[in-house]
Amino acid sequence: MTSSELKEQLLQLHPSLSFEEGAEWLHTNVEAVDWIGLAGTLRNNPILSFDFLFCVTCVDWKAHLSMVYHLRSTKHGHTLVVKSKLNRENPEIESVSGVWRTAEFHEREAYDLFGVKFLNHPDLRRLFLTDDWVGWPLRKDYEDPVNMIKL
Amino acid sequence: MIEEVGTSTDGDLIINIGPQHPSTHGVLHLVVTLNGETVKKVEPHLGYIHRSIEKMCESLSYRQFIYVTSRMDYLSSHINNLGCAHAVEKGLQVEIPERAQVIRVLMSELTRLASHQLWWGAMAMDIGAITPFFHAFREREMINDIMEETCGARLTMNYMVPGGVMYDLHPDFQKKVKEFVQFFRSKFDEYDELLTGNVIFQARTKNVGIISKEDAISYGCTGPVARAAGVSCDVRKLFPYDVYGKLQFDEVLMEAGDSFARYQVRMGEMRQSLSIIDQLIDNIPEGEFQAKTKAVLKLPKGEYYSIVETARGELGVYIISEGGMTPYRIKFRSPGFSNLSALDHMARGSKIGDLVAIMGTLDLVIPDIDR
Repeated sequence: MTSSELKEQLLQLHPSLSFEEGAEWLHTNVEAVDWIGLAGTLRNNPILSFDFLFCVTCVDWKAHLSMVYHLRSTKHGHTLVVKSKLNRENPEIESVSGVWRTAEFHEREAYDLFGVKFLNHPDLRRLFLTDDWVGWPLRKDYEDPVNMIKL
Repeated sequence: MIEEVGTSTDGDLIINIGPQHPSTHGVLHLVVTLNGETVKKVEPHLGYIHRSIEKMCESLSYRQFIYVTSRMDYLSSHINNLGCAHAVEKGLQVEIPERAQVIRVLMSELTRLASHQLWWGAMAMDIGAITPFFHAFREREMINDIMEETCGARLTMNYMVPGGVMYDLHPDFQKKVKEFVQFFRSKFDEYDELLTGNVIFQARTKNVGIISKEDAISYGCTGPVARAAGVSCDVRKLFPYDVYGKLQFDEVLMEAGDSFARYQVRMGEMRQSLSIIDQLIDNIPEGEFQAKTKAVLKLPKGEYYSIVETARGELGVYIISEGGMTPYRIKFRSPGFSNLSALDHMARGSKIGDLVAIMGTLDLVIPDIDR
């Protein structure tokens, strides 16, 4: 499906979605509370069939955090990018590890480096850093005088 | 995590494998729950070589950050660099000279061969056969010498730059590559005799560590791990970059999804890589090896995502630019990270000895996972 066809399909299923233009793939914004419902639709709707979650990451925009999910359908070959704004003080979003198994590890990484809390995640712990690490290193305001080398 | 080791309340034994262990190929730490010899659970503990490359890249320019990425998957450093160069080029909208494209593909395939050779030797050693390791290194050494002549490095190449490649090829490049291809072809039967046809090897790998097609996709597996389960995911075929679209080669697919299938996929890929090199080595076009770019690169505000096929699978480079000289955020979607997440699923129910064989066929490079 081309980006515009994909957009039409998505709007039929979820009229509240907003879209961003100009990028290589179709970008859509979703409210954090609606994400888990949308994820199920994206994964299971036979026309969409987004079975492959190939990238999960978070971006610190200083005013807020934004989760970014890159999805592809191995059956149809189309790609979709889903973004969700999160509150910086208390970032919470539903885990999609039940929809795509790969999310379990990726979400642990986002928790470790950005402090995003994934609700109903089976095993939300730090992944790379030690359990007693303080702070979220990939946030823009993170300061670590010992380990960080400024270039 | 010493306190986790011991016997759990229901009589299971919990042991550590790694972070210092020959078969984990680097500093991977697995906490394994065992019932007798049967694996009940495998829990990877990561971070022993986490350098936060993504954070580092945020303070490096678009030319500088590429060098750091050679230190992720150090066996595919050319291809890591290429993925980054592609992402920057997407932002710059620069046309890459044909010669540079061909050189990039040649280097990528030589890298893939070298990586698969190392895997082949190390995999055999994991299972207890020492000899293949020396055979693999004999051939790999030839590739390293070729790389050294042209790129000046044997492991961390830093040769792909935005706009093309850093230098032109060494005058002996074509001759040496042809010699290598001829030599390696003549040794392939030896590889099969030593390992592929070996009864013990087959018994250790067939029907071990099975993953289904659906699970492979759900766990985000890519590369040989997914292709062994029948998932068509070769980026060179799905989203051809550089001159891959004009080349004749097959995507190696298997159905079984077990350790032996993963082995066969990589063996098949080595033959395909040789065929790609054959098609290109006499047809390197004349011309520039690098497009003209500005000394200081600035990417327009926006998002750029490039995908390349490393020896381990799909590497994604996601750059978010705010228009400045350094990226606002970079994310590397590394193939090993997702492949490792499927290890627990593959290993459950198998014997602890097979866990090593399964890990061997995943072909993990830990700095690629930790970043």
